[in-house]
Amino acid sequence: MPDIELKNIRNYVFNDLNMEIFDKELLVVTGPNGAGKSTLLATIAGLVNYDGTVLFDGVTVDRIPTNERKIGYLFQNLALFPHLNVASNIGYGMAVKGDGKTEIAQNVDELLRLMRIEHLRDRYPKNLSGGERQRVALARALAVSPEVLLLDEPFNSMDNGTCQCMRKEIAKIQKDLGITMVLVTHNPEEAEEMGDRIITIAGGKIRETETQCFCSSQNVHNTHNMQNCAGCTIDCYCKR
Amino acid sequence: MRLRNILDGCIPIIVFALIWEFIARIHIVPEYIFPSFSAVMREFYHLTVSGVLLDNLASSLFRVLVGFFLGSLAGIMMGTVMGCKEIINRSFHPIASLLYPVPTLGWAPLLMIWIGINEMLPIVLIFLCSFFPVLYNTITGIRSVGSDVINAARTLGASDPKILTTVILPLAVPNIFTGLRLEAGMAWRVVIAAEMVAIPTGIGALLIRSESLLRVDVIIVCLMVLSVMCLAFERVFQYIETRLTKEWR
Repeated sequence: MPDIELKNIRNYVFNDLNMEIFDKELLVVTGPNGAGKSTLLATIAGLVNYDGTVLFDGVTVDRIPTNERKIGYLFQNLALFPHLNVASNIGYGMAVKGDGKTEIAQNVDELLRLMRIEHLRDRYPKNLSGGERQRVALARALAVSPEVLLLDEPFNSMDNGTCQCMRKEIAKIQKDLGITMVLVTHNPEEAEEMGDRIITIAGGKIRETETQCFCSSQNVHNTHNMQNCAGCTIDCYCKR
Repeated sequence: MRLRNILDGCIPIIVFALIWEFIARIHIVPEYIFPSFSAVMREFYHLTVSGVLLDNLASSLFRVLVGFFLGSLAGIMMGTVMGCKEIINRSFHPIASLLYPVPTLGWAPLLMIWIGINEMLPIVLIFLCSFFPVLYNTITGIRSVGSDVINAARTLGASDPKILTTVILPLAVPNIFTGLRLEAGMAWRVVIAAEMVAIPTGIGALLIRSESLLRVDVIIVCLMVLSVMCLAFERVFQYIETRLTKEWR
């Protein structure tokens, strides 16, 4: 999974943005409305024009179109295809790549099981609740085996219980699959709970970075930061 | 329940026919001016059995089908290109905006000179009548597809042609079919007018001949056929649209 670097990014929001997202980390991006959080994801995905360089594992992807960047993107409004049922929504990415029907069916079944939405297989998005749509959208994003997963305020439309549950599931999926993940949120509690690192964007610039180091007995899932927590004791929780 | 609905729909028609029959039979106006419902039905039977009605209907139907198919196809294709490519839309939109308001029959004198009075005339008129509304509805349909859905398809690995065929066009279907449904009826109105003015065969020609012979019963038969054909065309498109979209709309 790639380490992502953004170098000297300039567009209608950013003015010389430089940042790095580490391999297998769950980076949380917070900030006020209009700060550029969604634009950051769109820049990584190649959905907006920019000057500067985006590198995946040191290789520039500026000329690589979105459909070839191997990313999964969970949009703020989920953007499910209303004319396709749940199974077809999840299988869409595999179908456009030309995967065989049997293979698609198997993968779709697996993702339906993983998200615990087998019973929704033939339903259309209009007949799903907010939480169900969320799971379908996440399954669809994971179906293409992305190397980077970009989540744009994914828990906005959810009630508290579903939200808690989905946070845990997404964190678990990220850990299990070892995906580099960028999550945009307004919710500080959500950021604290999920992020390996938290950055705050305002006015198109990174204002603040917090690194949460879960050392030793906790799952060490951001080992690249361990060197920065030399003073940490066992089970420490330190912020930088 | 369905039978009940059909019966509910039929009752006003039956009442209307009975009132019509009654008024005609009390001879307030001469029968050649206002024939009874039964006289019109008798004439409908004679025209059908003699083949006059079916021959003329076949001529009109052929023109409508060819003109409407070609006009709609061109409208959908051009609309798709204009809806997807802003530069092409900017280039062609002013021309389309200038031509669209011209009433279809306004083209008739020009087309009579350019292509003559022949089978092509009503077909070209129907082409023009179908083309512009389908063009605009297709553009509207394509433009109404949310950018998030398109971006979602892109992030899932779909190329632009794939996005067009698997996301944009299916989601534009309701708008495209609105244009098709409205213009299916309009195509019949245009073909009748063209046949009345210039073409010796078809329901419109039969209408105008009947007028010169003062055959009001035949005129009413033609109008009934026209009404049924307009309705049938609109309903066919409504049915196809419902079949294509009822699951997800």
